[in-house]
Amino acid sequence: MVNDHRTGRDDMSGLEDLYREIILDHYRSPRNRGELPVPPATRAEGFNPLCGDEIVVYLQLDDPAKGDDAVIDDIRIGGQGCSISQSSASMMSAAVKGHTVADARHLTRAFKAMMSIHEGELGGDGSESELDGDAAEVGEIALGDLDALKGVVKFPVRIKCATLGWNTLLQGFDDSGS
Amino acid sequence: MSSSTGLEPLDVTRIKADFPILGRPVDGHDLVFLDSAASSQRPTAVLEAMDRYYSEDHANVHRAAYALAERATNAMESSRRRVAAFVGAPSADEIVFTKNATESLNLVARSWGVANLRPGDVVVLTLLEHHANIVPWLQLAESHDVELRWIGLTPDGRLDLDDVDDLLRGASLLSVTGMSNVLGTVPPVAELAERAHAAGALVCVDACQSTPHTTTRVEDLGADFLVFSGHKLCGPTGVGVLWARSELLESMPPFLGGGGMILDVRTDGFTPAAVPHKFEAGTPPIAEIVGLAAAIDYLEAVGIDRITAHERSLTEYALESLPDRLGDDLTIFGPTDTEHRGGIVSFAFADIHPHDLSQVLDSHGVCVRPGHHCAKPLMRFLGVGATARASWYLYNDTSDIDALADALADAREFFAV
Ligand SMILES: Cc1ncc(COP(=O)(O)O)c(C=O)c1O
Repeated sequence: MVNDHRTGRDDMSGLEDLYREIILDHYRSPRNRGELPVPPATRAEGFNPLCGDEIVVYLQLDDPAKGDDAVIDDIRIGGQGCSISQSSASMMSAAVKGHTVADARHLTRAFKAMMSIHEGELGGDGSESELDGDAAEVGEIALGDLDALKGVVKFPVRIKCATLGWNTLLQGFDDSGS
Repeated sequence: MSSSTGLEPLDVTRIKADFPILGRPVDGHDLVFLDSAASSQRPTAVLEAMDRYYSEDHANVHRAAYALAERATNAMESSRRRVAAFVGAPSADEIVFTKNATESLNLVARSWGVANLRPGDVVVLTLLEHHANIVPWLQLAESHDVELRWIGLTPDGRLDLDDVDDLLRGASLLSVTGMSNVLGTVPPVAELAERAHAAGALVCVDACQSTPHTTTRVEDLGADFLVFSGHKLCGPTGVGVLWARSELLESMPPFLGGGGMILDVRTDGFTPAAVPHKFEAGTPPIAEIVGLAAAIDYLEAVGIDRITAHERSLTEYALESLPDRLGDDLTIFGPTDTEHRGGIVSFAFADIHPHDLSQVLDSHGVCVRPGHHCAKPLMRFLGVGATARASWYLYNDTSDIDALADALADAREFFAV
């Protein structure tokens, strides 16, 4: 666990915003770590070419034909990388499991908004305003633990680490035809 | 420290003062710059040379009769002679300016490679190579069915020379790094070149990491091609060098087409200019070329041999003091003695991911690089996705390595592992 010495040290203060206890907890004890048999599951792979981080997302939907209404019956995370990429993917897996693809997409947008990424696809009429404010709850899923990752915004090079799992999840949705 | 070599040790305090950036605090810390393998810093002399060029001499080179353009042309051509002398090239016409080593290697692959390699012909590489010395050859493998063979490594990251002669049999080219940008391994290039030549292959040396740190003599290396980048030897970004034996350059087709590389252009064809201009299409990076020559002047005034000795003593110090301070939590990749390696040390530490490690080090002002260092085949050999890499140059001293050790100890405490 995080050492108490680190509190009160000036030169570390920015770092404590980045490495919150809950992040290190997910890093050391990742949730939903492993693989699923493919098929019926689908497998998507994401790389961060800058640092060599790699995330594999296995997705088992109840019925891909239901598109965005499909439910994520199971999700597993593989790969290797830094504490930010791995903990973000772990939290993501815990958050979306048992929810619909639509809700997971919503959450992905909310998470990226927290990372200061406002994508064109948000567009439409006012859908973006839903994500402004503190984005504590979007669709049916709460950001919950994921809120701990907001310190990443202060470290721009690490935003790509935090979003790697999410982009891989979106790719998994595309691959599974939902 | 370098007394065993009989060379006068470097006065690092004085050298540091030559590099404006090293005197600037970063977030309230002294900068501890340990990433020269990615790009070095520049001394004032280089900045001033480029500034002077722009203030006093700039016009486009060649193709003009007025005095200013002649001064610019002279500045560029005298830099070419300077670079030729720096690598021991018999003639300045054998020096081609490019934008970096990557472009130089692509030039060799696209021009010499496409003109000379037929399906099934063999290019031999090593697992130490940077992507810049891999991807252009993979592209040729795809487009021209060239076969690539790989010289493997010993567990401590030196080239495994056992089956080299088998690998070289029938090969057309060996392209090998002068020093690994990940492990610091210095391959026995001259010996490899001899064996390659005996097998009838040409030899290309990716000297990106070796020219900044050791005396380079193309003849002693047995090279047929040699490439490097200006920005790793205290020169500016945006300029690189290809040296090749003049018979090779003469016989090679142009790489990029455009102005500056032609003798004549008609509606139905063109005649290329003589070497080296045949390979320098478009307006060259004139100020950067001038800056590169100033960097070489600077390094030679300090003394390349003294720099080599200085870095070797720093590497010895690091290989001893870091494990001493940090114990079993530290794994250093690559050769364990300074016989076979230069001033680049890649390591793993306390199960902390290199990206997280360098983040904590950065909060101490210590710059090391995390990642795969553009050497993914080597990362696979090492069985890691990434390493943290520290590298030093003439402006570093043991206090920088101590600062690295302090910061690593703090990172261990921070993550409480
Ligand atoms: C061994 C080696 N080769 C080639 C390169 C490519 O250099 P550049 O990016 O300047 O073209 C590098 C730079 O990292 C290198 O270390």
